[in-house]
Amino acid sequence: MANIPQRVVHEYLRHDKKFPHVWCAGCSNGTVLGAIIRGIASLELDRNDIVMVSGIGCSSRMPVYVDFNTLHTLHGRAIAYATGIKLYKPNLKVIVITGDGDCTAIGGNHLIHAARRNIDLSVILINNNIYGMTGGQCSPTTPHEALATTMPYGNIEPDFDICQLAMGAGASHVARTTAFHTQEVQKMVVDSLTHPGFSLIEVMSICPVIFGRLNKKGGPAQMMKDLRDNSIPLTAVDKLPPEKVEGKIIRGTLRKEIQPEYCDVYADLVARVQNMGEDK
Amino acid sequence: MKNYEIRLSGSGGQGLILAGIILARAAVIDNLRVTQTQSYGPESRGGSSRADVIISDQEIYFPEAQAFNCLLALTQEACDKYLFDLREQGTLIVDTTYVKNLAMAAEKTYELPFTEIAIEKLGSAITTNIIALGFMVRLIKVVSEESLAQSLRETVKPAFIDLNIKAMNLGFELADNYGK
Amino acid sequence: MPNSKKTTKTTKAAAKETKAQQTDTALKELESKSKRKNVLMQGNEAVSYGALDAGCNFFAGYPITPSTEIAEILAAELPKRGGVFIQMEDEIASICAITGASLAGAKALTATSGPGFSLMQEGIGFAKITETPCVVVNVQRVGPSTGMPTSPAQGDIMQARWGSHGDAPAIVLYPDSVKECYELTIRAINLSEKYRTCVILLLDEVLGHMRESVRLPDMENVRVINRIKPTVPPHWYKHYDENQKYLSPLASYGEGYRFHVTGLTHDALGFPTNKATEGAEMMERLRKKISYNIRDLVQIESHQLEDAKIALFAAGISARSAKAAVAIARSEGVKVGLLRPLTIWPFPDEAVRKMLQHVETVIVPELNQGQLIHEIKRLTKDKSDSNVIGLQRVNGKMITPNDILRKIKEVM
Repeated sequence: MANIPQRVVHEYLRHDKKFPHVWCAGCSNGTVLGAIIRGIASLELDRNDIVMVSGIGCSSRMPVYVDFNTLHTLHGRAIAYATGIKLYKPNLKVIVITGDGDCTAIGGNHLIHAARRNIDLSVILINNNIYGMTGGQCSPTTPHEALATTMPYGNIEPDFDICQLAMGAGASHVARTTAFHTQEVQKMVVDSLTHPGFSLIEVMSICPVIFGRLNKKGGPAQMMKDLRDNSIPLTAVDKLPPEKVEGKIIRGTLRKEIQPEYCDVYADLVARVQNMGEDK
Repeated sequence: MKNYEIRLSGSGGQGLILAGIILARAAVIDNLRVTQTQSYGPESRGGSSRADVIISDQEIYFPEAQAFNCLLALTQEACDKYLFDLREQGTLIVDTTYVKNLAMAAEKTYELPFTEIAIEKLGSAITTNIIALGFMVRLIKVVSEESLAQSLRETVKPAFIDLNIKAMNLGFELADNYGK
Repeated sequence: MPNSKKTTKTTKAAAKETKAQQTDTALKELESKSKRKNVLMQGNEAVSYGALDAGCNFFAGYPITPSTEIAEILAAELPKRGGVFIQMEDEIASICAITGASLAGAKALTATSGPGFSLMQEGIGFAKITETPCVVVNVQRVGPSTGMPTSPAQGDIMQARWGSHGDAPAIVLYPDSVKECYELTIRAINLSEKYRTCVILLLDEVLGHMRESVRLPDMENVRVINRIKPTVPPHWYKHYDENQKYLSPLASYGEGYRFHVTGLTHDALGFPTNKATEGAEMMERLRKKISYNIRDLVQIESHQLEDAKIALFAAGISARSAKAAVAIARSEGVKVGLLRPLTIWPFPDEAVRKMLQHVETVIVPELNQGQLIHEIKRLTKDKSDSNVIGLQRVNGKMITPNDILRKIKEVM
């Protein structure tokens, strides 16, 4: 998968139909989309077998631009729609594109239950720490004391660690990286698509126009650099003194284990029930 | 045959809805029309419970019993609540284990301690409903006894069939010997 | 409780086993596809069997009284037939899952009651705007809020029409007997496939739980409609083909068509649009799909209306009370009839107008504070038209035939 040329991305875009896209200049969603496409391309999957489902929010606009089976659903509900698709046609590769607000505020219930069932969905959660599309309200991952339009005096709430949440709910594959580390995103997408079970990839991203401005984070380039400088690989955590780990984004595969997958379990149930009938 | 309206009443756990289903299914076997409704609520775990069965050879429109041709009351509360909706010529059957006072004596009133009989003869109160149902069917003859037995076999779990057939037959016997 | 704890427990266990047995008996009847006999069947059972006979192969739901039996029966039956049953985490997830499954090609259904129906409204709107076939069964109970979970009400008539935000036409069916529960479930699934929309089946609590003697039609007499599949190659496929009399073919995910579906206002290909013309076209399409096909959609029953001076207009369980009242009134020489909608949305305007011209008074018995009555009044334009009088009740009890007879005598 090493060297996929840039133009591969274009082969997967609906560039004759729905461009220019809605994302602001400097947004990292495009970077992440590129990495996702390269990951899919490297696996040489039939695009007719890929369904990309999203909810509502900036990142959730992604499916309209790509030439797969695409479904842009309700705010928070992408995983529920994806569950219906996957369970009815388990041969399809179902990718969910979602954001921090979409997936862990309004859609938190669906996230934890899909993780618990271990249904084979690849959830790619692009975490920009804010509601961008509606103009900068605080989300469950807005850092404590950060500014948001609905936290004008600083966020008084603690924030979610989404990966811990997913693991607590039973997700069998959980990984985190940042929009700066596109090669890692690509690799994690490949891991996710080849993992037989519920998979959550959290991609820490930047929102320079809304979150960045509110919190004086500098421009897009500065924020990208911050992602680089404020994150450390999981493999380095043990080697560093605690003060160097404190407050950093930990990048890496946090869990990858094989657990019974829901569609398989259901197929087994069908076989069992149908055999019961024959035994009579 | 016009609508024949039956209310089985008592408290949750006495198996009245089951008795209603068995009676209704017997009517279906007899090729009659039937509706069966019930009060369905938190009270079906204790509190009052009722099952209505309307049997007819014509289309039944309103499915709830309003003027009973027959009322079975297994508790005092049920008896007090529904007694006044019994038709003039209606049949009243009460379980004297729990019904101690009758506010009004219907012309055709039958009083037996069904629960006590169930415990004494069949070892448990669980069969009270079927004893009372057998007693009722032999009296009012609204469905055939063969169909009642068949319905019972189709409705209860195989392991419980023998016990329930015994209970039904005990009900028949009690009806034959009533007042003797 | 008259008996010891132990006895209660045994009885409960016995009751549970009996329930399973009871379902089995009716099921044997379903499995015999022809020469079906009379059986005792519950409304919720009839809905489940109707769904299976119509080819429903996907159910996602969340437990709620008084609809739960439907989920329980389908949980047992769908796996036997290779279909999918899943209990979701809530009703919102349920409507979303059936819509997703339908886009992948399933015939999908969910069942719920008032509180769950409220939660599903956004998802119902999504199924409508994306023209995705699915069926929602709402076994109504007393509301608002938790209300009386085990008692009947007809308070969701307007919600079934207007529950989702925005303008979205509705197809809503309303049975009044156990047999019709079966028939209209099949019809609801058929219409959802044909019209590519979310069809709603309204039941009354009493009907859901009531048992009746019923003979289901033999399978060879059951008409099953499947969605039209596209015949064009993928690059010609339009997800919303305006050239097909508003009933356009529907591809499924995984068949090579790679279409886009969005809850945003979209063009004929399915891509979001902000153009006023395209937005208007989409809205018109949703409207015309229903309004151009009224004759196919509307079903009514006219019961002894020919010479009636007084007409009753009632749906569902209230129509059963009304039929009993008609029989008693007729036996006393009072000329009363009943008009009963089996399709409440779209509303049977034409039949109601005709009725209004011929009778002096219309009485509208309904288990709510007045919903259907406003539709009748909407159609009463002419002063020579009949008086329209309501008979309303929301106390968890049915309107009895005597209640209606009293009203008839009042207006005579």
